[in-house]
This record gives sequence, structure tokens and C-alpha cells, in this order.
Amino acid sequence: MGILTTFKDWFGNDWGVHPDDRKRPAADAAVRVMPVPERLWLPLQQHLGAPARPVVLVGQRVKKGQLLAEAQGAVSAPVHAPTSGTVAAIAEITAPHPSGLTLPAIVVDADGADEWGERVGCADPFALAPDEIGRRVAAAGVVGLGGAAFPSSVKLAGAARAGVATLIVNGSECEPYLSCDDRLMRDAAAAIVDGIRIMRHASGAARVLVGIEDNKPEALAAMAAAAASCAEIRVCRVPARYPMGSEKQLIQALSGIEVPADSRPADVGVIVHNVGTALAVRAAIRDGQPLISRLLTVNGGCVVAPGNIEVRLGTLAADVLAFAGGLHGDGLGLARRLLGGPMMGMQIPHWRVPVVKGTSGILALAADEAAAGDADPCIRCASCVRACPVGLLPLEMSARIRNDALDAAAALGLADCIACGCCAYVCPSRIPLVQYFQHAKGELAARERARLRTDATRKLAAQRQERLAREASEKAAAAARRKAERAAQQSAAEKLVQGEPA
Amino acid sequence: MIAAVLSLTLLGALLGVVLGCADRFLRVEGNPLVDEIGALMPGSNCGQCGFPGCAGAAAAIVAGSAAPTCCPPGGKALAAAVAGRLGLAVDLSALADDGPQIAGVAEELCIGCCRCSKVCPTDAIVGAAKQIHNVLREACTGCANCVDLCPTEALLLQPVPPTLPHWVMPKPLGA
Repeated sequence: MGILTTFKDWFGNDWGVHPDDRKRPAADAAVRVMPVPERLWLPLQQHLGAPARPVVLVGQRVKKGQLLAEAQGAVSAPVHAPTSGTVAAIAEITAPHPSGLTLPAIVVDADGADEWGERVGCADPFALAPDEIGRRVAAAGVVGLGGAAFPSSVKLAGAARAGVATLIVNGSECEPYLSCDDRLMRDAAAAIVDGIRIMRHASGAARVLVGIEDNKPEALAAMAAAAASCAEIRVCRVPARYPMGSEKQLIQALSGIEVPADSRPADVGVIVHNVGTALAVRAAIRDGQPLISRLLTVNGGCVVAPGNIEVRLGTLAADVLAFAGGLHGDGLGLARRLLGGPMMGMQIPHWRVPVVKGTSGILALAADEAAAGDADPCIRCASCVRACPVGLLPLEMSARIRNDALDAAAALGLADCIACGCCAYVCPSRIPLVQYFQHAKGELAARERARLRTDATRKLAAQRQERLAREASEKAAAAARRKAERAAQQSAAEKLVQGEPA
Repeated sequence: MIAAVLSLTLLGALLGVVLGCADRFLRVEGNPLVDEIGALMPGSNCGQCGFPGCAGAAAAIVAGSAAPTCCPPGGKALAAAVAGRLGLAVDLSALADDGPQIAGVAEELCIGCCRCSKVCPTDAIVGAAKQIHNVLREACTGCANCVDLCPTEALLLQPVPPTLPHWVMPKPLGA
């Protein structure tokens, strides 16, 4: 291990991997807007945090942009109707999640009119108080569109509270195949810059750094031109390297600050938002439009016409693929279905999965694109150590997890793993390292839940004992009281009897 | 008056010091292992092991008079944890474990006799006489105390359905 850490010191700056990005030709094709499908499935949980609670009834008519489910809890986001129509049901649909489990969704049948409900925009967002912007962003259901889907208003409010100095806007889009952020920056640079200025106003940050990878020269040029008039916004070129788009890595590349383990970017005075989020924030504040659609990339060797498509939330991936021209040979050569990028995306069991707020791409990979094959034993080449952007020892952690020594893996820093997949990508033995880490994280979380449950059980059992004791003592007291009353009555009666002869 | 107050205060203080010293120097050491095993047990004191509560079972397991597999609600996971802590080898294959289970009431069968709610160690069953009873999922430990008592067989243990936030990625096979 000592040798490994020395090794890490030598090659410390060489984190990450350089996968073939395969973004073109999809990135160069013009954006297509998909018409509203007949039926939309809107999961109640499209974000990190607590699921939303439905506020509509089955059979109710809804307008475009109307609230369908409200946020509950501090970290949550509401869900809005992407089009006008009727609520057909509140039913289970396969979740965009590798488990293949279902989650509840509001089903909306479109009426074709696509008629907007009430919208309250604002001509001058900079006259609004930062809290008011946060409230409007929260009400519009805006979440991080880079993939993690963390409610944006929570981040903005946290930034204002912590007094962050720097707002970093993430336009690096480091995942191969995906190009929706690239396309947004090329097509709507001015609107993005406007959104960035609104977010800067809401977060109270002094300066803004926009990080864009150097494999997107068109986006860099467009954003630099749009931001030229704003002195506080600096557009920065960052080297194309995976995972440059990861929050902590981008912060380090742009500002030189390393976010310590166990702390958040706001703790070091930085917040990071995605370029798509900036656009959604602008729509929410300027036009009063909730988040009801998003741009996503449809790509992969099996897709007939890859490109970027603007899709209403709740559209099934199957419908999006059909709109994109379908799959070659009706999907005969399909090896892997993914939502998101190939490195961190989620494998899904079938295409009847709805597009949610965090869906950045739909990938249909052919056999020659999907890594396959059985894993061989680890040869301790330490390629994974060099690739790990967080500076962990993937080979050591996976060896421990294989033997179910999860605590030992946690001691090696498992909690800091960002599941970027660099280690598995470079592994010459094709060991599914990330899957080991995901498994271990899930298992440790389950243990923690079990521990909390045991504590709760103990408390309940103790409360029951207390209740039984209290009931017993109350019963005894009542019995004693009755006995005393009876005795008093008896003695009174005796007195009466004794008194009679006199 | 003052003499009485003073003498009693003095007596109290003296006896307190004596008690404090006795607690420190004459303490009977409990087995820390028993406490440790006890902390692993479910803690509902359901009594299915045949010992007086979880602490009793923990003492018996440490003393060797009970097997680590004696706790039905704890299941395989608990048996493995206890055996690992004590360095024992146990045959887990003999232990039937269908994963976590909780009780559920078949509403069409329940007659509201209240027998089940009286034995629930965590007060997880709610309902009044001649009313349909129900089980609070968060509180039920799946101890099955209630199941045999139900005169209409309305209570059954059901596996806890897997949910999205509780799903755990399976461990990779082979390699």
C-alpha cells in the first residue's frame, strides 16, 4: 500500500480517463422538437429527496404547467403537467433506475390543445429579492439537469446562507455520446447567460466561472461571445477529460480549490450549476414556466437518426426512440439500453420508461460499443489507482468488498467514491469495480437503516412496558378507591343500623 | 431542630459516600460480551427464543446454552453477526429465512377480537374491540407472536416488498 500511495504521488495529476467521446455527428445535427405524445407518465419522484404528493384527482382536467404534485419536505420538488389534458390515473411505472422496480406516477392523457395555464413571469428579475427567486425556482420544480437532479432552489438558498463567492456553471459535459448541453450552449447562449446572471443574483456570488471542455469549440465560442458584455462572467476552457463534469473535479480544475471529503462545495465558497439548469431557471423567473420539458441526446450505434431532441417530461423512452427514427433492424443488434451516459448512466430493462427531469440521454448501444466479457482476477496493475479522480484505491476496496469486509472498504474511503466508473473503464481484467462499490454503499446504507430500526424497536418495546406498568398501577389505584368507597358505605350503613335502636 | 437536621444531613452525606465507594470498588462486573450481543438483538423482547427477553437470550448465547440461530425475527443476518462476534461456526443453511417479513391483517377475516394487539411487543397493531385491526408497518418487527393467536387466521406474515430507496445493487458474481 505504501508503494501504491507513492505511485499516486507521482501520477497525482493524471486522474480520469480519455474515452472516445463519440459525440458527433449527433452534436452537429439541429435540435428536433418532439410533438406531445398521447400519454405522459410523470413519476412523483424525479429528484433527490422526498417524493412529491399528488394534488390532482383522477379524471381532473389540467392545463399545461399546472401543479400535479407538490413538494413535501425540505429537499423535494413539485411536478407539473407538461401539456393540457386529463389525469387518467395515478399508477405504477417502471422507474428510470437499474433495479427495474416501479414507482408511482401521474398519468396524463394529452388533449392535443397544449393550452397553457396561468403563468406569472417577471420582466426584471434583478429587482426581485434573492429569496423570492429561490421560492419561484422551487415552485417551478427546477432541479439540477446535469443528472443528479438535486433541487436547485435548495442549492441557491444554501449558497446565499453560506455566502459563497463563486458560482461555477458546468458546461463540461464529459460523458461520451451526450451532447445536449453542448447543443444548448450553441443554440441558446444568450438565454443561458441571462439565466446565469439570475442565478448569480439569487446566490449572491461575486464571480461566475463557466467551465466548458475543449472538445466543444463551437459552444466555447458562442458562450464567450454571449458573456462578453458581462465582466463578472468568465468562460473558461477546461481539458476534455472524464469526469471533468463531476462537481468536485470541475471546482478543482477551475478554481484550484479541493473540496475536502465529507464536505460540500458550499463549505469552500463555491456552488456548481449545470448550463441546462441556468436555462430552466431563466424560464421559471422570466416567463413563469415550470420545468416541463428538457433537451436530451438520443445516441448509440443502434439508433437510426441520432441527435438532440426536446422532449416533454413523462414521454416514454420508446416513444422518443420511435420519433428519432427507431432502431436499426428493430433493435436486433441491441446490446445495452441506457438512460444517461455510458459511464454513469442507468441500464434499464426495457424502453417503457419515462423521461424524467434528470434524463440527459437515451442510448441504444450495439454489441461492439458495450463492454462485455467475464472478469478475470485482478493483476494488481494499479491502473484503477491512477485513473481514480478522487484518489482512492479501487483494487484494494473491491478485494475487501468481495470478501464482505465492508467496514474495511469504508475505512479506505468508500464514501468518497463518486461512482464515475473510471476504474472499471481502465481495468484490463474487466472487473466490475463500480458495481462492487455501489453494492457496498447500498449494503452499508441498509445496515444503517437496520440499526436505526432496532433503536426504534427498542424504544417502542420500552414504551409498551411503561404503558403496561402505568395501566396496572391505574387499575390498582381504581380498585383501592372502590374498596375504600365500599368500606365507607358499609361503615355508614353500620352506623345507621347501630343508631337505630337509640 | 437544628441538631436533627444536621445529624440527618451528615448521615445522608456519609452514607452517600459509602454507597459511591461501594459502587466503585465492590462493583460486580457484568459480561461486556453479553451487552454487545444484546445490542445486536432486535430488542422487541418478543420471547420466541424461550428466554426472558433479548437480554436473557444474549446471556444464554454467550454462555453457550443457546445457539446463535435462536432468534427468529433476527434471521440469518443476526445469526451471522452473532456467530461472527463470538467466533462460532453456525450452519445457516438450516435456518429458514425468507428475508424480512411483517404481519398483515386480512380485513375481510378480522373480527376485532383484540387478541393480537395485546401480545404485540411493539404496540404495532392498532384497533378497538369489534373493529378491523391493522398493522403499522414501521413498528412491526415480524416476530409472529400475533399470528397463532388469531382465531380467524386473518394475520399472516408477508415479505416486505422491495422499494426503490431500499434497493441494493447486487454483488457482482464470480471474478
